[in-house]
Amino acid sequence: MNVAVPAAPSTTAEEWRRTSRTGFVVRGIMAVRNAALPLLAALVGSGAWKQGWLVIAPLVALACAIGFATSWLAWRHFRYRLGDADVRVEKGLLSRTARSVPYERIQDVSVEQALIPRLFGLVEVKFETGAGGKDELAIGYITEAEGAALRETVRARKSGEGAITGADDRAEPEARLLFAMDLKRLLTFGLFEFSLVVFAVLGGVLQQFDFLLSFDFWDFDAWLALLAGPGHRLGELGLVAQALGAMLALSVLAVLGLVTGLGRTVLRDYGFRLEETPKGLRRRRGLLTRTDVVMPLHRVQALRITSGIVRRRFGWHGLSVVSLAQDTKSESHVVVPFGTMEEIAPVVETTGFVLPGSATDWHMASRRQRNDSIALAVLPLALMAVAALGVALAARAAGLPASGPLLAAFGLAAFGAFLAVRAWYLWRHRRHAIDARQLFVREGWLAPHLAIASRVKLQSVEIAQGPWARRRGYADVNFGVAGGKLAMHGVPLEAARAIRAAVLDSVAAVDFSRLPG
Amino acid sequence: MYGTMDEDALTPLHPNYVKAVRLGTALFALPLVIGALVLETAGLLPHGSFVVPALLVALYGVLRVPLRRYHARGYQMGADRLRVVRGLLFRSDTVVPFGRVQHIDVLQGPIERGYGLATLVLHTAGNHNASVALPGLGHADALAMREAIRAHVKRETI
Repeated sequence: MNVAVPAAPSTTAEEWRRTSRTGFVVRGIMAVRNAALPLLAALVGSGAWKQGWLVIAPLVALACAIGFATSWLAWRHFRYRLGDADVRVEKGLLSRTARSVPYERIQDVSVEQALIPRLFGLVEVKFETGAGGKDELAIGYITEAEGAALRETVRARKSGEGAITGADDRAEPEARLLFAMDLKRLLTFGLFEFSLVVFAVLGGVLQQFDFLLSFDFWDFDAWLALLAGPGHRLGELGLVAQALGAMLALSVLAVLGLVTGLGRTVLRDYGFRLEETPKGLRRRRGLLTRTDVVMPLHRVQALRITSGIVRRRFGWHGLSVVSLAQDTKSESHVVVPFGTMEEIAPVVETTGFVLPGSATDWHMASRRQRNDSIALAVLPLALMAVAALGVALAARAAGLPASGPLLAAFGLAAFGAFLAVRAWYLWRHRRHAIDARQLFVREGWLAPHLAIASRVKLQSVEIAQGPWARRRGYADVNFGVAGGKLAMHGVPLEAARAIRAAVLDSVAAVDFSRLPG
Repeated sequence: MYGTMDEDALTPLHPNYVKAVRLGTALFALPLVIGALVLETAGLLPHGSFVVPALLVALYGVLRVPLRRYHARGYQMGADRLRVVRGLLFRSDTVVPFGRVQHIDVLQGPIERGYGLATLVLHTAGNHNASVALPGLGHADALAMREAIRAHVKRETI
């Protein structure tokens, strides 16, 4: 069992193979990197860092040694094989795991390259099976050439039963460029990705390291004392200076938000390329961690065209495909992160879906649903506002200052009005439609989006009604989509039943295993 | 081709479902009633201020709610689809076509086993309603339904 098989870069498999030898160095470095923060915390927490280098150095060396030793053992006991019917992986020293994944169950093969493996020219190959994140099969780290060969081999064997195989899978298949982002587009995208998440991170960091500050960061009195002490000049500068200061703070906020948005966007989407290959849509992106994903077209269950409340005014939209194979973190694959509808249309066409046109018969949600959602949003706040008003009147009658409760009443009323407008706006822009092949749902306020689903690929249909909806005769229609969600809200009950019957008849006519894909 | 199903009457669950839910609720309510009794003996408030409400809630939960739930639930086994209706306040009416079933479970908890009941669970690939459960079937019925659905799935696949 422990005969070392050299990792020969041949694609005719059948024999057990090892990952790259340098892979264990990469794993070791990553293990040490991951252990760095806990180690630091342990050193600080136990007070060992005050003992000087004589204590620290051996501890750090020990951590490094453990990191490299475990990664070497992991490498030593990891092997994989491409069999006739499945991919097999055996790993583990004490508890051995032998996993077999049949080729038909593999939804997608992706090649991922994080920063450190990239420096060594290594990649990690991941097999997505639709089982969900943690049960996914990954083979890492192997050389770039071997990773590409592995992917091609698995693809070829997988589509072997599908009878539609390309002539020679060894050669790089010809690709048609569908969408790419140049630097200018990337930077424009970054501007729209304005994000204040950096403050959440800073807050978290401050919470972690507040022992380094000489005072409690969240203590308002401490700030006042600081202002009264060395900062007392700030307080004496007068109103104009204070207003200037506030403006300065706001612009710092804006700049930080912009920089964060730009940074995250460039890191994620640098060199974005979407191509159509015989095996599906191929997407490459990333600055430090470069990812390369191929999405087989027949696995696409639904499309989502997203936008933002601001970027929509400038005609910018994004396109994602929903499939069983899930992207890291989010449930759908972004194929056009930021483009015009003219750029998105050809991609939609490639996926075999049709954008809604002038013939699409859009329906709005029931008016009763609008009235109910507005009432439900406003009622609690209106009651609270009336209560606050009552308190204010009582206070006035008793000769007490009533400005506090009065202000609260106005605030609650204003918030209630805002919620009412929001509910109305949501209803006003909510649309659904159904045609012979597809379902359409258009919804949203801050992030308006349009979902397009293929009727035959739906998994189940549910008509759901809350206590209000039952009395008032409307319902939500929830569709089971592999890899995503789709719901029509506030549909009159009769229409909901008709939609369900129509969808079910087209669903039941085609069996799951005989779905195109 | 199979019509809308919506007009057809639902098949009610096995009558033992009421008893099973009652027993389950009673087992759940028992610690609460005991807690109320303990508080009662502590004598913090006038007599009966803990036990009476606790007993009323427990009786309502044990006697009335299971019956209402039984009447709210139902299913309909079509030629190529299963319809499951449930919910007292929040109604849900789900249809799963057999052609989309990935795998099927027949579950039996200890209480269900005592009453000869079983729960049929259909798993689909959808994220919403990934598994649709139909409790309160007679064990033999559940097995028969499983076989029927499996036969359908197999026939479609071959």
